Amino acid sequence: MQPTFFSASSAQQWTVSKLTFYIRKLLEENETLQDIWVQGEISNLSRPASGHVYFTLKDSSAALKCVMWKTSAARLGIPLQDGKAVEVHGKIGVYEVSGQYQLYADQIRPVGEGALYQEFMLLKAMLEAEGLFAPERKRPIPIFPQKIGIVTSATGAALRDMLNTLRRRLPLVEVILSPSPVQGIEAPPALVKALQLLNSRSPDIILLARGGGSIEDLWAFNDERVVRAVAMSAVPVICGVGHETDFTLCDFAADLRAPTPTAAAELATQITIIDLRAALQNYKTRILSATLNLLAEQKTALSSLVSQLRYISPDRRIQSERQRVDELARRAHSALYHHIQLQSTHVKGMQRRLEALNPNAVLARGYAVVTRKDDGSVVSHVSQASAEMKVRVSDGEFEVKKK
Amino acid sequence: MPKSSSKKIEKAIEELTYEEALVELEEIVSALEGDASRNQLEEAIKLFERGQALAARCSMLLEAAELKVKQVAGDEIIPFEDLSE
Repeated sequence: MQPTFFSASSAQQWTVSKLTFYIRKLLEENETLQDIWVQGEISNLSRPASGHVYFTLKDSSAALKCVMWKTSAARLGIPLQDGKAVEVHGKIGVYEVSGQYQLYADQIRPVGEGALYQEFMLLKAMLEAEGLFAPERKRPIPIFPQKIGIVTSATGAALRDMLNTLRRRLPLVEVILSPSPVQGIEAPPALVKALQLLNSRSPDIILLARGGGSIEDLWAFNDERVVRAVAMSAVPVICGVGHETDFTLCDFAADLRAPTPTAAAELATQITIIDLRAALQNYKTRILSATLNLLAEQKTALSSLVSQLRYISPDRRIQSERQRVDELARRAHSALYHHIQLQSTHVKGMQRRLEALNPNAVLARGYAVVTRKDDGSVVSHVSQASAEMKVRVSDGEFEVKKK
Repeated sequence: MPKSSSKKIEKAIEELTYEEALVELEEIVSALEGDASRNQLEEAIKLFERGQALAARCSMLLEAAELKVKQVAGDEIIPFEDLSE
């Protein structure tokens, strides 16, 4: 009887190390195994202090060891937990120490996302080919809207954020909410209806918004009906769905994409109450200074007219005439005074001469004046004598009769 | 009285919306800054007074403004009731 270990003499001799290395090479040189997405459920999740993540991916009949290095783990977009169904991307390798083949993972996404992504890309390509996202379709957003329409959930944080932003930036605005569910099977037709209803109220801008969520939560905004309704809107649409990193097809179809609902409200109010206050202050200043300038001009014009008027007015002549009149008056006055003085001296002389001629003085020397009684005439000749006459002497008169 | 009928009808200040008041204010500012009112002092002073009143109206509306929120309900517009709190 031959010993059994001689019976396979044609077989190669291996050390464990060599074999393990050989297997490792086989796996690592297989291109398919170096770029794969594997779907399964997480179990035995462990995150030691090293920061690397270890777990087992399994389905109903098999299991696969997985490791994710710290650097990749830090970029994980979703929380990991046991029982979670995921798709893991990476490459197959061998951990020689324990002879364990495993998946070196670099990305993990929720199950279904891959299919959604495919659908998203197909629809995007189709609508893009139709020209729905063309830059020339984008309309400018009015800078000073009076009426802002909002399509979002009436109960979401997105609405509260937008109202707070609008209240803070431009409280003059009138908001018209057209409420709609923003996730779930009923969301797309409801969003379309809400957009149409709001269009009939002709606001200046429509904000289409939703707060952050998983890609499934945001999926209504990738629905063809909703995307077309956004493109068809007669009113410019600002789309603010999810977070900074979320892009939906509505973002592409909208006239403006905002990273968040709050940002959408900000983009809708490019002019804020602060700008309005400043503009008003500017007008107040200008209206005042324009009016003051006008008044100053008028005043200057007026005073130049007044001085022209003064130059040509008879006032000046009147002044000099008045002076001449004064002068003449003064001269007349002094001439008159002189004249009066002369006259007065003359009168005094006359008085003295008159004194000398006073008949009483003659009478006092014994002469008498005889007058006729009948007619009072002086009798200076005999022929003039009448029957009765009056004789006047120095201290009185008496009557005489002619003999 | 027939004099005023030739002028454009001015709405009462307190009936103007912010936008209307602002537009008229802009017109008045440019009118006062332009040459047209050079030799019409009386007109200019009237414009100034109207401008002052318009500016005051705008200020008042700005400071008193409160966001008005309404809601579409079918073909109706109804007051918005905030259910988010």
